[in-house]
Amino acid sequence: MSEDNNSGYLDMDLLRFTTAGSVDDGKSTLIGRLLYDSKAIFEDQMEAMEVSSKARGDENVNLALLTDGLRAEREQGITIDVAYRYFATPKRKFIIADTPGHIQYTRNMVTGASTANLAIVLIDARKGVIEQTCRHSFIANLLRIQHVVVCVNKMDLVDWDEGVFNKIVEDFKSFASRLDNIVDVTFIPASALIGDNIVEKSENMPWYQGPTLLYHLETVYIGADENHVEARFPVQWVIRPHSDKYHDFRGFAGRVAGGVFKPGDAVTVLPSGFTSTIKSIESMDGPQEKVFAPMSATITLEDEIDMSRGDMLVKANNRPDPTQDIDAMICWFASDKQLAGSGKYILRHTTKEVKAIVTEVCYKMNINTLHKIEDDLTLSLNDIGRVKIRTSAPLIADSYKSNRITGSFVLIDQLTNATVAAGMII
Amino acid sequence: MHNDYTITHLKQLESEAIYILRETAAQFEKPVLLFSGGKDSIVMAHLARKAFWPAKLPFQLLHVDTGHNFPETMEFRDKYVEELGAELVVGSVQKAIDEGKVVEEKGARASRNGLQTVALLEALEEGQYDAALGGGRRDEEKARAKERFFSHRDAFGQWDPKNQRPELWNIFNGRKQHGEHFRVFPLSNWTEMDIWQYIKAEEIELPHLYFSHERDCFVRDGVIMGVTDFIELLPDEKVEKMVVRFRTIGDATCTGACLSSANNLDDIIDEVAAARQTERGTRADDKRSETAMEDRKKQGYF
Repeated sequence: MSEDNNSGYLDMDLLRFTTAGSVDDGKSTLIGRLLYDSKAIFEDQMEAMEVSSKARGDENVNLALLTDGLRAEREQGITIDVAYRYFATPKRKFIIADTPGHIQYTRNMVTGASTANLAIVLIDARKGVIEQTCRHSFIANLLRIQHVVVCVNKMDLVDWDEGVFNKIVEDFKSFASRLDNIVDVTFIPASALIGDNIVEKSENMPWYQGPTLLYHLETVYIGADENHVEARFPVQWVIRPHSDKYHDFRGFAGRVAGGVFKPGDAVTVLPSGFTSTIKSIESMDGPQEKVFAPMSATITLEDEIDMSRGDMLVKANNRPDPTQDIDAMICWFASDKQLAGSGKYILRHTTKEVKAIVTEVCYKMNINTLHKIEDDLTLSLNDIGRVKIRTSAPLIADSYKSNRITGSFVLIDQLTNATVAAGMII
Repeated sequence: MHNDYTITHLKQLESEAIYILRETAAQFEKPVLLFSGGKDSIVMAHLARKAFWPAKLPFQLLHVDTGHNFPETMEFRDKYVEELGAELVVGSVQKAIDEGKVVEEKGARASRNGLQTVALLEALEEGQYDAALGGGRRDEEKARAKERFFSHRDAFGQWDPKNQRPELWNIFNGRKQHGEHFRVFPLSNWTEMDIWQYIKAEEIELPHLYFSHERDCFVRDGVIMGVTDFIELLPDEKVEKMVVRFRTIGDATCTGACLSSANNLDDIIDEVAAARQTERGTRADDKRSETAMEDRKKQGYF
């Protein structure tokens, strides 16, 4: 090892996690503590918060003021949007997608969850598993977040009682057994206000032998989350330098969505079906031996074949079937328009845009009870439901369960260009 | 703990930024990269080189010049652009003042920072650019924490924080009506620390202002300012020689320095790790009110 005291930074990896919570369940306090104890809150931010808290008549420093930056949010004391927060320890860099927890912000929770590896579900120890717990867990499962931390907060208010904690663990397990995308659940009893089991181990709960929240976040293994089996490379851009030195260079630029690509691999271009072999994987720092998700790469082929943005490079022995009919779960995002019968939209999937018609709404979900609603099939803002879609051109898609990138899409309103829905292919 | 299929946080951030830069080139007709000669824009230009290598950048660079620059920054800018083989367009605040499009603030505390917005919108319109790549990061300021990678601006260049497009997975919707444009922020998920670590890992050259040096300075409102031709001293302000460096490089009239002996990247990284003040804590323009940044952004500021 080198003596260089910065070398540790170069060996860190990245964990993206999401938190959902309402005004009084201690979410802001929890995030505030993670940020403050890892020194991601600075003196000037702390001073500014103290001044505004005082001006608002808050008794303690209101850590929510750190995340609620927009004027409307500060005035109304609510979190409207997804706020992204950053902190790092010598082991990992963390990106928090901090979302409001009320049902009217489902679309923000879905947005925050779409890029997360892990979700923190906060439970107030006094209230136990409630509707909101169910909703947050359902969204984590729907967006295929594989790691969930159930943080049983405010243990100080139930006298650090092990029985209360165990009851919540049992209640959560019994309903979460239906959520099959969640492969790893960790339960942590904590008090964000006092600091127990957030960064420092609790002295008030000697019966708990597990990790603190921060230790768990630092060490949870996420290396197996990406699909490294089915190779998928959506083409973003074709690099043609037209220079003397690189006269015949044709590089296909994109970001690996799944699997591993190496020089010498037999590949197929979809939807055309042309086949070739990878000649090289190029970069400014020199040729690369292999690339995998989520790396950006530039691939050259042995043969001169036609391929451009919207096409996908896959392995010859593992090809998805192009399809114009998809079944999907969608979350409706538009506040001013509902999903009308046979609505026409623009569908954006990987680097491709096609026209699409929603041909049927099969059912809507009551995300508090996980019951299907079949007698009201209109999707309004924040509604989640199952639909059938027909597209104007074939999509090179996988199920969302096998690949979050090639299994997801958004619907765009043709008139306003607004993103009106997010979809996960079944 | 790293197996074969794990990449470091810097490689993840690099991959993400390159993906955004390529999406920008593909989705827009005439994007432009805002280049000030500051470290964030230098990192962005470096990433753009990587994204399109071995081809040249598929867009021009644009510098919105307040006319109040540290001379070192300008020398660096011109040299860097030449090496990159890119085309630089300069939008001038001085020109906007001369043409009567904006009125300059008066007095010792006058700043041209606000006027930059007008010059920027002018330059975007004149160049018919439909997307402007900026080096803004979400960790810089609370109003930026909710900024999108693809940030929609209406035909007046304004930002509506309540009407932003949701961004999920890595799908970015850059569709727009005629006259509208986008601001694109490939470094959204980077922190100041990530920027410095990346500069070190990639051996990226920076202007000397970022490293410790001796300079004539004075203190105003608790902020150390460099003496330049553009700042009038107040009666009680004294010029002293100080050993300083700059954490950000903006308009010389509102960019503060910090006392520092860090003259190499390792020392700077240690200093950033130990810092108890945000980077923008030295920016006088953010101190004007609690939501100063949001208010400027709504008007079209970066």
